[in-house]
Amino acid sequence: MDIHHLARMANQISEFFATGMEREAAVTSTANHLRNFWEPRMRREIIEYAKNDGAELGEVARAAVLTLE
Amino acid sequence: MQSIDDQDLGTPAAKSEQLVTLEIDGREVTVAAGTSIMRAAALADVQIPRLCATEALAPFGSCRLCIVQIEGRNGFPASCTTPVDAGLKVRTRGERLEGLRRNVMELYMSDHPLDPFQCKAGGKCELHQMAAAVGLEQMRYPAGHNHLDLPVDDSNPYFAFDPTRCILCSRCVRACDEVQGTFALTIDGRGFSSLMSPGQHQHYADSECVSCGACVQACPTDALMEKSLLERGMAERAVITTCGYCGVGCSFKAELRGDRIVRMVPNRNGLPNHGHSCVKGRFAWGYATHPDRALKPMIRKRISDPWTEVSWPEAIDYAASEFKRVQKQHGRGAVGGITSSRCTNEEAYLVQKLVRAAFGNNNVDTCARVCHSPTGYGLKTAFGTPAGTQDFDSVNASDVLVVIGANPTEGHPVFASIMKRRIREGARLMVIDPRAIELIRMPHVEADYHLQLQPGTNVAVLNALAHVAVTEGLANERFVGERCEPAEYAAWKKFIVEQRNSPEAVERMTGVPAEKIRGAARLYARGPNSAIYYGLGVTEHSQGSTAVLAMANLAMVTGNLGRPGVGVNPLRGQNNVQGANDVGSFPHELTGYRHISDPKLRAEFEAAWGAKLDPEPGLRIPNMFDAALDGSFRGLYVEGEDVAQSDPNTHHVTAALSAMEIVVVQDIFLNETAKYAHVFLPGSSFLEKDGTFTNAERRISRVRKVMEPLAGYEDWQVTCLLSNALGYPMEYSHPSEIMDEIARLTPTFSGVSYEKLDRLGSVQWPCNAEAPEGTTVMHVGQFVRGKGRMLVTEYIPTDERTSARYPLILTTGRILTQYNVGTQTRRTRNVLWHLEDRLEIHPHDAEQRGIREGGWVELTSRAGATTLRAQLTDRVPAGVVYTTFHHPESGANVVTTENSDWATNCPEYKVTAVQVMPTRRIPERPTAEQIIRAAEQQIGK
Repeated sequence: MDIHHLARMANQISEFFATGMEREAAVTSTANHLRNFWEPRMRREIIEYAKNDGAELGEVARAAVLTLE
Repeated sequence: MQSIDDQDLGTPAAKSEQLVTLEIDGREVTVAAGTSIMRAAALADVQIPRLCATEALAPFGSCRLCIVQIEGRNGFPASCTTPVDAGLKVRTRGERLEGLRRNVMELYMSDHPLDPFQCKAGGKCELHQMAAAVGLEQMRYPAGHNHLDLPVDDSNPYFAFDPTRCILCSRCVRACDEVQGTFALTIDGRGFSSLMSPGQHQHYADSECVSCGACVQACPTDALMEKSLLERGMAERAVITTCGYCGVGCSFKAELRGDRIVRMVPNRNGLPNHGHSCVKGRFAWGYATHPDRALKPMIRKRISDPWTEVSWPEAIDYAASEFKRVQKQHGRGAVGGITSSRCTNEEAYLVQKLVRAAFGNNNVDTCARVCHSPTGYGLKTAFGTPAGTQDFDSVNASDVLVVIGANPTEGHPVFASIMKRRIREGARLMVIDPRAIELIRMPHVEADYHLQLQPGTNVAVLNALAHVAVTEGLANERFVGERCEPAEYAAWKKFIVEQRNSPEAVERMTGVPAEKIRGAARLYARGPNSAIYYGLGVTEHSQGSTAVLAMANLAMVTGNLGRPGVGVNPLRGQNNVQGANDVGSFPHELTGYRHISDPKLRAEFEAAWGAKLDPEPGLRIPNMFDAALDGSFRGLYVEGEDVAQSDPNTHHVTAALSAMEIVVVQDIFLNETAKYAHVFLPGSSFLEKDGTFTNAERRISRVRKVMEPLAGYEDWQVTCLLSNALGYPMEYSHPSEIMDEIARLTPTFSGVSYEKLDRLGSVQWPCNAEAPEGTTVMHVGQFVRGKGRMLVTEYIPTDERTSARYPLILTTGRILTQYNVGTQTRRTRNVLWHLEDRLEIHPHDAEQRGIREGGWVELTSRAGATTLRAQLTDRVPAGVVYTTFHHPESGANVVTTENSDWATNCPEYKVTAVQVMPTRRIPERPTAEQIIRAAEQQIGK
């Protein structure tokens, strides 16, 4: 799947949570959202991307994605 | 003319709980205070002759046929306008009374065609019924001046007005005023010159009439008659069913002569609509038997091949074998399905069951993805359940109505009529919309505030409203203290009072003057009963879910939840958006909005279904398209949905569909998506099946089969055939068994059954042991989730920005006479009102570009380009353009982008940066004249 699109979606999610809570809570909420709503192949691809590059992921989004492994 | 089996008691029921006893013709009668003598008599089986009275309208007292005598009172008062009083002694019969009535009737008949056999209303003409009832046998008056040579107005495509049959009872005028609220009709002139007139001496088609048909239904004679009745003859029986258009879910009586529908009449006992309807529900049902209906199953190996008609078994077997082949070659997750909000609850349930149990994955989604999925996320997060909080009648207890991102007079016209009536009674109105919708100013309705915000800034405005409520001491701290999560409220309060959320701070970005926001916030917060109604102008944004949460916050902080007259209420676009979601159409949820990852829940379904379920959420519709383009998703079963026309970025969607190996479309027409399909399975319209729809107020209503399915199967039966061929047996003999299964597996539906729906007419879920007859208002006393959640709703602007190349913002919407992508309404006489989609552009923007009214323009975005005709109007502000999306050739979604809501992937249809320029490249499309000619041929004119 288009990794740029996935990264953008993950960033959007993390931006929502990051504005309303402390960083750790935002990371957890973002990860929970990805776990609850993203199909496994989407998660696999974004995890792979976060591990190997992740440049397009925001800091909270990347941290959240890396907790999904 | 009323429905053939309506019982009319003459005047509306009184609402008082106080009882009054009186005597009518020697019988003691006890009724509610405020009841008319006419109604009290009817309740005691004493029929008083009448012509201008009907229980659908306020009493009028003009025909003088319903006169009675009251002991101790002078004269002959009209029983329709005289209320009961304790101890009254009323006489409805007697020589004097009956003589007077005959005289009155004689005058009516002196200017009316005398031969009752000429009456087109058959035995249902109230004038002829009353003539017989009062014993009028002969006329004393010789032929004189009369109105019998007046021409018939048949300008409306669906009904005709014959003024020679009009008795000037004003029922049509009052129906237009009181029921519809359009005020299009009047009695023009005085005395003998009086004539019923649409507009100002206009034909119906040229007047402000919106063709709701309320006047036709109210007419006691054959002056106003449906053309379908004139063409097909009078009805012999009626079947109660539910409209297949918008989420209001109007109850209708389908009237039949033999097995042929002759007309649809809104059901007076239907709780969503109370006997009212719009032009679509009442009149635009001809598509069901349109020659374009595709009635034979078809297959083809490649989408470039022509279709081959095959038998049902061959089509089903081919589809099943292809799905199995794709799964074998590319994995279990390589296929999926889309349920339809047009289909019944039972049908949506079976499609998601097929995907989960027969395909063995959770790749199922529904068209709510592209409309109200943020409602699901937002309201579930805030309140614990993703549905509107009220019933429609709750409006009658509202003091302040907020309409945000919705256009009820076009999209939900029957609910708009209810709102307009409440506004005429004194409720205040606030509209939040970039476009000046009709509700802002129309006869007897004027919004107190129109917050004309820039598209994409809903969250900023909602936050500013809440900021004012909190900082000006208008918060309901007691409600919040008792009902909401305290820590989250504290965090939210800290956020919302920040200066950056003030009206002054957001004025520049939203375009709404700060004082207007402050005034509107005060109005809402002071209520005392304030209700929010919203539509896709809220959800179809990159912050759609945030906006839903922000509305929930606003309602919570002002205490506007948990009683009649308040609440947060989505206006659902399609007839069964709510229901399709309820019965498990989202990829992460089983029925009743319960997450698929819950092992205990899965175990219940696995035991009931006899299949192992995947614990992981599946692909959502946009994800399916993305996965198709990377080759990991290759098969799709689409029931009753036209993704190629309705979903954003058409090029992306069609590329994805083209990349798939097996696309199965089940629909009543060969829609745009069918161009990319390998198997076509003919669907059935709502008139051809049994089932249920659930409307925007959570009301589950029966859909009853009115005619046999033209292609041989109801949609639920087709899904069963496909599932059986896939090797997962589905054996049901009737949709009631499917609903029984849903009820067994879903706590909020556990009390629902067809027997109960038949008995009560409808129920609103939750319907279970705690609420055996359903739940009108939700969250009374406490929220479904316990304490309400108030999350911080930071305004994060969309990435879709204007630029020098794309300086305008495009937003989209619907028009009254057409419905969504037009598959149905374009195949009815409604096409005469809306021949093409046009691009609304502000005169200032048009002048800068040299665009003229009606001129062709090219609409270009980062995603694509299309060509439309321009319509210059200040309904849209400068900088914003608007179009509808009812015609495939206008291709509105060619230009919309893949931006989507952060939480749900709901597309951002409402904000697309575009450029609009005049073009000489006129597309090859039929001219308006050709379209009209084709439509007239289609309707046999």
